[in-house]
This record gives sequence, structure tokens and C-alpha cells, in this order.
Amino acid sequence: MMTPLIALVRRDLTLFFADQRSVIMSFVAPIIIATFFGYVFGGNGGKTETSRIPVMVVNDDTGDVAKQLIANLSAEKALDVKTVSIDDARTAVRKGKATVAILIPKEFGNKAGAAFFRGENKPEIGMLFDPSRRMEMSMVQGILTGQIMQTVSKEVFGGKTGQVLAKDALAGVEKSTGMDPSTKSVLSGLLSSVEKLNALNEKDKADGKPAMSGGLSTPYTLREEAMMSGNGVVYNSYGHSFGGMGIQFILFMGIDVGIGVLLARQRGLWKRLRAAPISRGLLLGARVLSAAMIAMLILIVIFSFARVVFGVKIEGSLLGFIGICVAFSLMTATFGLLIAAIGKTPEAARGLSVLVTLLMVMLGGAWVPSFVFPQWLQKVTVLVPTRWAMDGLDAMTWRGLGFNDAIQPIGVLLLFAAVFGVVAVWQFKWEIDG
Amino acid sequence: MLEVKALKKTYGAITAVDGVSFKVSDGETIGLLGPNGAGKTTTISMLAGLLTPTAGQVLIEGRPVSGDTDPLKRQIGLVPQDLALYDEMSANDNLSLFGALYDLSGAVLRRASDEALELVGLTDRAKDKVVTFSGGMKRRLNLAAALLHDPKILLLDEPTVGVDPQSRNAIFDNLELLKKRGKTLVYTTHYMEEAERLCDRLVIVDHGKVIADDTLDNLYKLLPVTNILAIDLEETAEALNLERLNQLPEVKTVELAGRVLKAGVRNLSEDTPKVLGWLVANGYRYSHVASERANLESVFLNLTGRNLRDA
Ligand SMILES: Nc1ncnc2c1ncn2[C@@H]1O[C@H](COP(=O)(O)OP(=O)(O)OP(=O)(O)O)[C@@H](O)[C@H]1O
Ligand SMILES: [Mg+2]
Repeated sequence: MMTPLIALVRRDLTLFFADQRSVIMSFVAPIIIATFFGYVFGGNGGKTETSRIPVMVVNDDTGDVAKQLIANLSAEKALDVKTVSIDDARTAVRKGKATVAILIPKEFGNKAGAAFFRGENKPEIGMLFDPSRRMEMSMVQGILTGQIMQTVSKEVFGGKTGQVLAKDALAGVEKSTGMDPSTKSVLSGLLSSVEKLNALNEKDKADGKPAMSGGLSTPYTLREEAMMSGNGVVYNSYGHSFGGMGIQFILFMGIDVGIGVLLARQRGLWKRLRAAPISRGLLLGARVLSAAMIAMLILIVIFSFARVVFGVKIEGSLLGFIGICVAFSLMTATFGLLIAAIGKTPEAARGLSVLVTLLMVMLGGAWVPSFVFPQWLQKVTVLVPTRWAMDGLDAMTWRGLGFNDAIQPIGVLLLFAAVFGVVAVWQFKWEIDG
Repeated sequence: MLEVKALKKTYGAITAVDGVSFKVSDGETIGLLGPNGAGKTTTISMLAGLLTPTAGQVLIEGRPVSGDTDPLKRQIGLVPQDLALYDEMSANDNLSLFGALYDLSGAVLRRASDEALELVGLTDRAKDKVVTFSGGMKRRLNLAAALLHDPKILLLDEPTVGVDPQSRNAIFDNLELLKKRGKTLVYTTHYMEEAERLCDRLVIVDHGKVIADDTLDNLYKLLPVTNILAIDLEETAEALNLERLNQLPEVKTVELAGRVLKAGVRNLSEDTPKVLGWLVANGYRYSHVASERANLESVFLNLTGRNLRDA
């Protein structure tokens, strides 16, 4: 019983390592692709600089407000601002060289100031944007709103223009007829105070005293802290990408296992194996065992690489990590068997199972993390085993969670392994073909 | 002893094997002969326990194989029609694997695989990957892989298909040696001359049924002709009326391949002048005459009215 089992497992390992293609596909390909994804999605602790959003500004206003606004936008870390002509702006956005173009109209500063208190005759800021980059566009919009509020309010409360504007606004309020008298008197009071404040500021400036810094600003500052496994640990996007690509290429190896069984059936090998006095359980069990061993080995190799080269550590429970690896390896092995059981010819089985695998990998969040999925998709994808493998590996690596958080993924993966295995054995065509 | 009783196998509407029965005594070599699709491989697969018969029984030493792990399966060595070898493994590793499936290990396994390699003459290629072997060498290794557990009965499904004459001879020498060692051989082929050389008895199957089961001598007695005249005709060959020639009482079989007329006769000295005379009398001229002995190929032709290989 042991002799045939060991011989069969040895056969599978020998064949796996004799096949250069499978070794490259299993070890080299995941490392290369995971390195790419890890680099692109933020790298090690976000230390690598993320690319800035290219923004074109077309300025038709000659005033100070517009100048100040452009200077403030340029100072934003997330933006790469260029002032260009309208035609250049259009071309740049259309060609995808810029995400958005901001059009500042004539008299923007004055109109904006005038509209500040009264909300009438608001100037219009145009935005030309690349429809494929809506996310970045909203980000630019947010930044722009903040900067305009800051720049315009500073002008309104802090300068000469402000004095004039307040006076104009005051006159407008006095003249207006439809206003409630009590509102009118409060507003007049406010505006004349603003006028006085501005006059005072001007005087201070003329006397050489430091002017008070006026204007509205966001009434808070942000302290950003990524929730990580604990002290001093930083997010490592390589942790996710190596897990994801490991899962993908191990599943591909699982496909090869299934195809291998189908090929053995197509050639006379299966007959020779079946002619020996060994049980069916042994024949399939050996294949599951060897496939799981190979899967484990792939995980160990690629995570070791990630650790040495990109500093990906098992911040959580090591036992949990191993448990998830073992459970996923077993699931891969029975997945392979399932392909062998329901596949008809090797060629036909390959196409379909590659498609299924890619879908599983995608929905499992191995390409893009599942947290960017819409809510409904996040809920639905718990039906996909790879989702559990991915979440489990994330939990044990960069999220740094404990063994308790590994129990559920391990359980679910083992359940999938069992279901695949049972269906495979039940559907397996034992009768050799002719 | 191997006994097959009313064996039947159907695949949906196809009846691959249709009530085949025969017996093979210990040490006997039988040839299972038939054209493509006759049901030879299907029969062998049922003998080896790979296929469950739709009906009928296979008895080894008087009892049926029960279950996958029945030790009775150790009595059988199967040489599949396809090359059942792992190309990417060495000859030695292949043999070690197949020996281990029969629970051989250690020194016993090594000795068994050395002997098997020795028998088929591949000792010096033991460490080479099978993928580097020639077709004939693969065939020989395919045979060796069935010998490791020293089975009493060897099921050989076309063990010489697609090999050069040299390898074919080598395999035949191997088989003759195994026969001498007292093995029981069931040999499947569509080559009569192979069967003639090796087998004590022939079971001829066609369309899944046994159409003859006898010793070589007895089968020869079935032959309507002893000799075949091969006559090279001149230009007039196309016009030859085979029907009329066949009506001559001396002519038992007749066939025209290109310009070569083949006529089967029972008595060479009496019948030959009659056939040649008829040809001349009817204006058919010939340039060359030869005669060949009838062989078992014609037995099949006689039994089924078809040729063994292009039937
Ligand atoms: N798995 C199968 N499904 C359907 N039909 C089958 C199957 N296996 C064999 N057959 C049919 O059974 C018949 C006998 O096939 P078999 O392979 O036993 O013939 P054979 O005598 O070995 O032929 P060959 O000389 O070509 O090897 C053929 O008609 C074949 O098409
Ligand atoms: Mg066959």
C-alpha cells in the first residue's frame, strides 16, 4: 500500500520537475507578475512615489485671484499643473495626456468675490475631462473646490478687492427691496464690518505691520493612519500581489494535473495503472497528495521570494498561514481531479478550465483586491473559493491577524476541497476507453 | 488457466464484443486475430479487468477477478496497444514505478527491472529518458514494463504495431523466450504471419464474434486453395472478365491487383496449365508467372470474404 503510493507520488514530482514549462509557469511567472502588480499598486509601504494627476489650466483672467488659485493648485502634491491655451488643453485631454483641463473665465476673481455673499451671477469654471478617468476627475474637483474657497475668501476678507466688493455688496443689500428687514440689517452690519476689517488690513499693510491672514480654510487638518497589523508595520502591496499570483498559477498547475490524468487515459498509461492490483482511491489519492505537495512548494517558494526581496512578512499567525496554504493546496488538488473527472478530451478540458480559473481568480480578488468591488459583488464572491484563500492570505500576511481569523478561510477551503473531491470521485469515468 | 465465457460488451448501439468464448491452457500461446474494430482490444481490456463486461465472464484459475485490489490481478501482465510509458522519465524509472504498483521494492524491484531490461536488450539505455528512444525501443520497453511482477499470463495487444522489421524480430525472440519459460500468451494482431510464427492456436474474431478457433494445422485444412498463381498480364488486363475466369472449376479464388492476376488453385501441377490455357485462348497475354503458397491471410479471406487488413 505504501510502496505504490510513494512510487506514484514520486512519479508526479519527477514529471513536474522534468517539464520546464510547468516549472516556469509555476515559479517564475507568478513572481514576475506579482512583482509588477505589487510595484504598480503602491509598492512597499507606499514609499514609492505615486504618479501625479496631469491637469491643464486655461486662464482667461488677468486678476490676482486667478493667479493665486493656479499657484495653490500647483502646490498640491497630487497634481501636476500646466497652464496652456485652450486648444492645447483640448488636445491634451483628448489624447489622454491630461486627465482634466480647468477653464478659468475672464473676470473670474471679481465675479467670484461678488457672488461670495450673495450667490448671484456666479462665474462658471469649465472642466474638460477624460471620460475614462472619472475617479481622478472627482478628486481634482474636490481639490479645486477647496482651493477656490480658500483663495476667493482670502481675497474677500483680506485685500483691497475685498474692500470694494464688500462695499458693492453692501450697496446691493441696501437697495434690495424683497428682503426681510431684520435679515437686511444683520447682513448690512456684517458687510460693513467686513469693509472695516479690510480697510484696517490695508492700513496695517501700508504701515508695514504683518497683515492678518484672512480667508476661509478647511476647519480641520487630516491625520491619515492606515490600519495595519500594529506597531510600525506598513502596508505592503507585494503581500497581496504575491498571494494573488500564487493562487492563480497554483490553480493553473491544478489544471495541468487534471489534463495530465486525461492524457494518461488517452494514452495507454491509464490501462497499465488500472491493471495493477491497487485501489481507485490510491490511484487518485496519490495524485491529490502530489498535487498538494507541489502547490505547497510553490507557495513556499514565492512567499520566500517576496520576503527576501520585498520584505513581505507573515505579520499574523504563522500557523494560520500554513493552515490556509495547506487547505488551498488540497483544494487545488481536488479541483484538478474534478477537471479530470468531468473533462472529456484534454483539449476541451483545458479551454474551459482556464476560463473558470481566471474567473475564480478575478472574483477572488487576486487581481484587484475585493474591497474595491461594489458591495453586492463583495457579498456574492464569498461563494468563490479563491476569495477565501485570498482574504485568508491577506489576513495572515500584511493584515497581521491571528489564528482565529484563519479558521474560517481554512474551514471553507477544506469544504470546497471535499466537495470537489467527492464530485470528482463520483463523476470519474473508471471504464477505460476501449 | 484463462477462460472466457460468452463475453459481451456494448457501447450504446455499438456491440464491440458479441459473445466471445475461448480457453487458454497454461503455457499455451493463442493468437487473437481480427481486422480493425473486430473487438480485440475490448476483449483484452475485459481480460485485464479494465472494463466490466456487459455480459459473460472472465475466469483466471477458475475464478473471476473481484475488485481492483484482487491479488488475482498479479497473474496478469498487460502490454497495451498504445505505448503506455512516461516519456519524460527514464526507462529505469518507468520500470520502477510499474514494479512498485505490484508492491515490489528494494533489491527485488531492482533485480526485476534489470532482468526485464536485459530480456528486451535495453540495459545500456536504462538511464535514458524514454522520449529519446526509437519507436522499436519504446515497443520493447512497453513489453518489459509488463514483466516485472513475473505474471503467468501475458496479454499482448498488438505489441509490434508500427515497428521496423528488426525490432519486430527482436520482440518475437523475446516472446519466444517467454513462451519457452512457460508463460501463457494471448497475442493480438492483424498480421497472420505473426500468428503463424508464434501461436499454437488461433481465435479469429470479426465484428465482435469468434469465427474460428483452432490449431494452425486445422485452419490450413480449411483453405480451399494450396497455391496462388500470380500472373503478370499485358495491356489487355483491364478487359479481363474475372467472372468468367472464376467459373473454371480449377479456380477457387480470383483477384486482380493492377495487372497482376491472382488465382487460387488446389493442385498446382494439374490446375496451372488449365488456367494459363484459358488465358491464352481468350486473348489475354502474360509476361510472367509465379506461384506462392497460400497462408493464413487467405483463411480470413475465406472465412469472411474480406481481407484482414483493409477490411
Ligand atoms: N469506449 C468506446 N466507446 C464506443 N465504442 C467503442 C469504445 N471502445 C471501442 N469501441 C468500438 O468497439 C469496436 C471494437 O473496438 P476495439 O478497439 O476492441 O477493436 P480492435 O479489434 O482492437 O481494433 P484495432 O485492430 O483497430 O485495434 C469498434 O467498433 C470501436 O469503435
Ligand atoms: Mg485494438
